[in-house]
Amino acid sequence: MFDRRLLQNFDWILLLLLIFIGTTSVINLYSATYPGTQILIKQIYWYLIGFAVLLMMTTFDYHVLERLAWPIYLFSLTLLVLVLMIGKVSSGSQRWLSLGFINFQPSELAKISIVIILSQFFSTHGEYADYRLRDLWQPFLLLLLPCILIADQPDLGSALILAIIAFSIILIMKIRWASLIILIVTISSVVPFVWLSLKEYQKKRIFTFLNPESDPLGAGYHIIQSKIAVGSGLLGGKGFLKGTQTRLHFLPEQHTDFAFSVWAEEWGFFGSIFLLILYLFLILWGINIAKNSKDKFGSLLAIGITAIVFWQVVINVCMTIGLMPVVGIPLVLFSYGGSSILSTMLGMGLLMSISMRRFMFQ
Amino acid sequence: MSSSGFDQVSVETLNRRLWYVTIFIFAVFAMLALRLWFLQGINGQKYRTQSENNRTHLQKLTPYRGRILDRNGELLVSNLPAYDLYINPDDIQDEEQLLKDLKRLINLDPGEVRKKLNKETGGYALQSVLVKKNMSWEELVKIEINRFNMPGVNPPQRSYQRSYLYGDFAAHVVGYLGEISEKELASDQYPDSDPGDYIGKYGVEGKWQKELNGAKGEEQVEVDAVGRRLQVISKTDPESGQNISLTIDKNLQSAAEAMLKDKTGAIVAMDPSNGEILAMASGPSFDPNIFITGIDKTEWKRLTSGKDYPLLNRAFSGYPPGSVFKIVMALAGLEEGVITPEESVLCPGSYTFGNRDYHCWKKGGHGMVNLHRAIRESCDVYFYKLGRKLGIEKISYYAKMCGLGEKTKIELDSEKAGLIPDNEWKLKRFGVPWQPGETLSTSIGQSYVSVTPLQAARLISVVFNGGKVYQPQIVKWIGNENGRKYQSEPVLLGELKVKKSNLELVKSGLIAVVNEAGGTASIARIKDVTVAGKTGTAQVVGKETVSAGESSDIYKDHAWFVGIAPAENPKIAVAALIEHGEHGASTAAPLVRDLIKQYLGIDQKPQASVNKDIPEPVEGD
Repeated sequence: MFDRRLLQNFDWILLLLLIFIGTTSVINLYSATYPGTQILIKQIYWYLIGFAVLLMMTTFDYHVLERLAWPIYLFSLTLLVLVLMIGKVSSGSQRWLSLGFINFQPSELAKISIVIILSQFFSTHGEYADYRLRDLWQPFLLLLLPCILIADQPDLGSALILAIIAFSIILIMKIRWASLIILIVTISSVVPFVWLSLKEYQKKRIFTFLNPESDPLGAGYHIIQSKIAVGSGLLGGKGFLKGTQTRLHFLPEQHTDFAFSVWAEEWGFFGSIFLLILYLFLILWGINIAKNSKDKFGSLLAIGITAIVFWQVVINVCMTIGLMPVVGIPLVLFSYGGSSILSTMLGMGLLMSISMRRFMFQ
Repeated sequence: MSSSGFDQVSVETLNRRLWYVTIFIFAVFAMLALRLWFLQGINGQKYRTQSENNRTHLQKLTPYRGRILDRNGELLVSNLPAYDLYINPDDIQDEEQLLKDLKRLINLDPGEVRKKLNKETGGYALQSVLVKKNMSWEELVKIEINRFNMPGVNPPQRSYQRSYLYGDFAAHVVGYLGEISEKELASDQYPDSDPGDYIGKYGVEGKWQKELNGAKGEEQVEVDAVGRRLQVISKTDPESGQNISLTIDKNLQSAAEAMLKDKTGAIVAMDPSNGEILAMASGPSFDPNIFITGIDKTEWKRLTSGKDYPLLNRAFSGYPPGSVFKIVMALAGLEEGVITPEESVLCPGSYTFGNRDYHCWKKGGHGMVNLHRAIRESCDVYFYKLGRKLGIEKISYYAKMCGLGEKTKIELDSEKAGLIPDNEWKLKRFGVPWQPGETLSTSIGQSYVSVTPLQAARLISVVFNGGKVYQPQIVKWIGNENGRKYQSEPVLLGELKVKKSNLELVKSGLIAVVNEAGGTASIARIKDVTVAGKTGTAQVVGKETVSAGESSDIYKDHAWFVGIAPAENPKIAVAALIEHGEHGASTAAPLVRDLIKQYLGIDQKPQASVNKDIPEPVEGD
């Protein structure tokens, strides 16, 4: 059923922001992988597919998701179990499902599915109110299952992101102060146990984050070199393709986890701020879409998707500028990676779908 | 309206909370911006200095190229330790001075060096450039002593120099290395290569470059402002290439090469039961070592042109097979039923067809000859008549079945297919149809027919191994101490579709050539071992065009012999072709005999007594 109003309400701002970010991503990847072109070309393909997905999603009425929330959630759980059984092992963890032409990371889908199921839960369970902990056992359980599965891969960074996204939605729904305090105390008391269950390399990362100079050529190397790369960009940057840290392959994973460092080195403070502002606009626009949505499910969905982008941007940038330990979270829409781009564009498509139906009443 | 729609209170609550969220988002981004300002604004200069002073250099580490061995594991090609000179263009302070110093110290051409230094800078900044490979000990010392004074010059880098232990030994099989060309660099075939690298260009070195080469390592070295090494930051070790064992037998190959000394020609020895090449010699040969130190244009020209053309692998070049082709003719005649073994034909010394006389090599003629005798004594007239009965298409059909006229698919480059003509070919090539007279010349392996020594060795193998056409193998295995990646297995390309009895008749004729009185190659006889074979003479120029006075070598015919032994259970087949050797029996057959003897481990000494009963070789075939 095609509605002319849909076209009138097409969200050009969202599309434009995504095109801008995509372009910077491609420019940056060109430099990060220079003189190779293979990764660059793949990224362009992913983006083209991503935009196709986005445009397809505009015709999709997101209300359907309310009914599909459970199937999607269960499907994503199944994939997470599957990846533990038959996933591809690379550098010690099992995160990828090989589909032949593409290696897919099910934890990316888990992020979207947790947002959908929580939006569904809260839109049907009462109003914005002071939730008590006992009201929230269901959302917690919904979060816990995928979290454990992802942490088991092990991919602590993604598990953490999942939890933070879920908590963002819960906090928006408002929780009683007393309950919040109990929650924080509980979590703090669990931390020592979590620490004990961490793998050696994960512990090491946290140690070296706290004191990178203790091991300048070992694990602290990444943080130091990334800081040197970012810092040496000064205000105006060293210029496109002129980043010595990048050219020398000082930066580990410079096309994925440390893509922002490459950008900051070559385009300096102004370039970095420019990129951050693009993300800020994208996130604020997501909030705006949540505000304008005419139903609760839409609002929560928009908030959740925006939270996915927000937290991943913040954590990745913090990681590259030495404010957080290296946890292996790529910069969404900027770093190289097919599953990340596809799932993020899927989320952006949902945002688009919500935005275009802001004037509709059911 | 669905249950999840908004009421007014909810809208206000949500808006208020989103307002808090917006403030939070701004706060977080402000924090990121502040941190960036701290890194890039306030402390930026410190990091910039760090990034400049604390630079690292990327140094590629050359892998150990795989060794080449003979079939019994004897080392043929290895690597010697060597030192290469690298310069890092970014660290040079005074290029002119440096060029002058290099010229003075180790006599490097300033123009060449400048070209190398400036070529690289566009692509991969801060990577060192290979300026001189394989420095001598003296050059190495000179550089090391003066290096403190020449910013940009790296400490000489250890590498390997390819070493062909026995010089020109099996040069056409082993091949050689050469510096990678710009065209090769641009192609996708050598993904791991940098300018200045040496890659296999020919022979096994070229064909199996990927396996032999291994993978480069990388070393990130922290250096100070003048390029002195401070410490190694990270290092990936290079991965050695795979060793390759050839099917070549070192002793047999050496013997074959010794026979070709001062001669032009080729010798191919093959294991008839699986197609493995035991020896493949081509003369004149060349020493692949000369490509390592670099060769000049005159030397290159000498190697690739002229009558000698040492780089040409004559085992892969086509020659008219002469009477060797009669093997195919006999088989075709029997199988097509146009002759019977008993049927006799009169050879008066020539055969008249059209307005031309086609001569037999034996002036007075052979008299009455049947198939057995025709093969044994190589009677041309018998085969002229047989050719007439068969016609060119049938001849061509059987020749191709025996693997002639097309590449043997040996895994080496530059193999020629030889030529088996037919009507279609003639029309395409010359625009005129096949002439019946040409069938007669073809029947004795002259005119357009051409066969490579490799094909000839396989031809006799096919007859004696029960009709199996194998792909010739040159590599026995590829691997290293951790195991073998590849192990050769016989590859059957086709089988002769002929009656076993017919094959036996041809075999008995070929045994008679060596072992019966009147045979053209009695000289190849060995005591206690049944040798079979066929002589051949490839006409260089039509005899009539050579005037009586001229006896220059270049008009002499090429001599062929293909032999196999033991005939009952063949272990080795050998084809020898000697350019301008004149008679297969006298020039080529003894070579084949001696190689067979050596391979089968038969002592040479008692030979003399046996030879007494052997009549003088019949000249003229």
